[in-house]
Amino acid sequence: MTVPWGETRLVQGNEAVALGALASGVRFFGGYPITPSTEIAEILARELPRLGGVFIQMEDEIASISAVMGASLAGAKSMTATSGPGFSLMQEGLGFGCIAEIPFVLVDVMRAGPSTGLPTQVSQGDVMQARWGTHGDHPAVVLAPATVRECFDLTIRAFNLSETFRTPVILLSDEVIGHMRERVTFPRREEVEVIERPVPETPKEWYEHYHPTASNVSPMACYGSGYRFHVTGLTHDRQGFPTRRRDEVNEMMERLKHKVARRLDELVEVKMHDVEHSRVVIFAYGSVVRSAKAAQVMLEKKHRRVGVFRPVTLWPFPDREVKQHLDEKDVIIVPELNQGQLIHEVERLTSDTVRVIPVQRVDGYEITPDEIVAAAMEVM
Amino acid sequence: MRYAEIRLSGSGGQGLGLAGRILSEVAMAEDFNVCQTQSYGPEARGGASRTDVIVSRDEILFPNCREIDVLLAMNQESCDTFGEEVKETGIVIVDSTFCDQTPAVGTVYRYPFTRVAVEKFESALTANMIALGVLASITRYFPFEAWKRVISARTPERFRRVNLEAFEFGCAEGRTLVKEQSENRPVVWDRKAPVPPGLKRKQRGRQS
Repeated sequence: MTVPWGETRLVQGNEAVALGALASGVRFFGGYPITPSTEIAEILARELPRLGGVFIQMEDEIASISAVMGASLAGAKSMTATSGPGFSLMQEGLGFGCIAEIPFVLVDVMRAGPSTGLPTQVSQGDVMQARWGTHGDHPAVVLAPATVRECFDLTIRAFNLSETFRTPVILLSDEVIGHMRERVTFPRREEVEVIERPVPETPKEWYEHYHPTASNVSPMACYGSGYRFHVTGLTHDRQGFPTRRRDEVNEMMERLKHKVARRLDELVEVKMHDVEHSRVVIFAYGSVVRSAKAAQVMLEKKHRRVGVFRPVTLWPFPDREVKQHLDEKDVIIVPELNQGQLIHEVERLTSDTVRVIPVQRVDGYEITPDEIVAAAMEVM
Repeated sequence: MRYAEIRLSGSGGQGLGLAGRILSEVAMAEDFNVCQTQSYGPEARGGASRTDVIVSRDEILFPNCREIDVLLAMNQESCDTFGEEVKETGIVIVDSTFCDQTPAVGTVYRYPFTRVAVEKFESALTANMIALGVLASITRYFPFEAWKRVISARTPERFRRVNLEAFEFGCAEGRTLVKEQSENRPVVWDRKAPVPPGLKRKQRGRQS
């Protein structure tokens, strides 16, 4: 299966993720199959060997993410796909990826938890895990698709961001989006931009694997290219060797923070539908966006105007956009498939005069538009 | 037809996932927007399984059925669970091999898909294709040619012929069912109920 550039197809969400990865030039997949993400592994297991890439099913998720990082250090665009329970196991490796600044893409197709939970049903329970699952202060870049086409687009974007920022990027899909089949018109090849990681131009003997630059991202040599460098999970100096010197520790930690925090414009993406003119706004992400937009249409028929505010980038959280567009509103409705995760971020950024109403569901089914409409009608 | 919600339901292993995919591809071939979702349990076979297909000329927002236009129920459990979500004007098609009690809503068609599949095609696996055939000729949403094209493209080589035969057999049976149903329909209707648009007398000089 090759990427059907410019064609219209019936495609499943997970299939679109795999196609997006192929379009980005993925050459390594290490993983352990888990519902509802298995299709991604299944497709890449078939396709990667044909392209000269490698697919490897490891003994568990900890080994999977380690293999992915190894492949990335050797120069291959690498990824893995998992769901909640596997994502928990990958947290150790994710932290390593952040401190060692290894680009790769991790797809988490969320299912209802905790633990094995409801394996075949939907939830959005991993939003905070995606941000704070691994320990220590670390950058987190998390994207959440809401349609099958976006699964394709955002996978490409995830690869581009991970290579540009030299950091792991998480694509936070969910069971509904992953297993949904939709009519998708693919872009033409020339419409899609694929970014490769910056490579060093310095002489080999001068190379520093963690050299500070204006963008805080150092060009990255890969193993086998003749450049010598050391990779460790310990706090390291510019060559990559462990250090406890305060100036070097601070330099590394500041750089990790600033490489994301100073380039928010490139990372943060929000989509707004009629937010400007509405007093009531629905804040939704992932598959719930669809319910929110359906509710917007239903309310319009009842002559009630609501807006839909949708963060495409969940982390870094769109602080500035939320403050700018939602702080003046009367009511913000936050439908989530969990017991309240991103609602706290919305509450943090809006003043006390704004009423923030949760609509939550954790039984493994989607929030219906009717539930959101009911919540809206109570306040309108 | 501008918009339709179709739910195919039964137990895992009855081939409803494939049936849903075929239905979606047919709709797509006819230039509709399609959105198909699935719900199944952790078991490999058995357990409740359903697939929702929404077909629309416009953008599809919520991906699941809310007011079902067509319900295919391949066992009693799905009949009971989803019967109440069917629209007043909806269509219910049940596999009478497994269902005794049909929901009291919409127009109900009963047909023993699984029994006929075993008797005629010597395999219960073709029940989904017969059901699709019946569904195709009752709803008449899409041309039969489109159905046949997609079925031959989407099913594996060694099952292609039997699947196509089962589908065509289903179509013929569906036509008989529709005929029987129209003969059974009472001619008298409630005078207070609004006149169905198909029976409205044309009013002269007034443009609608």
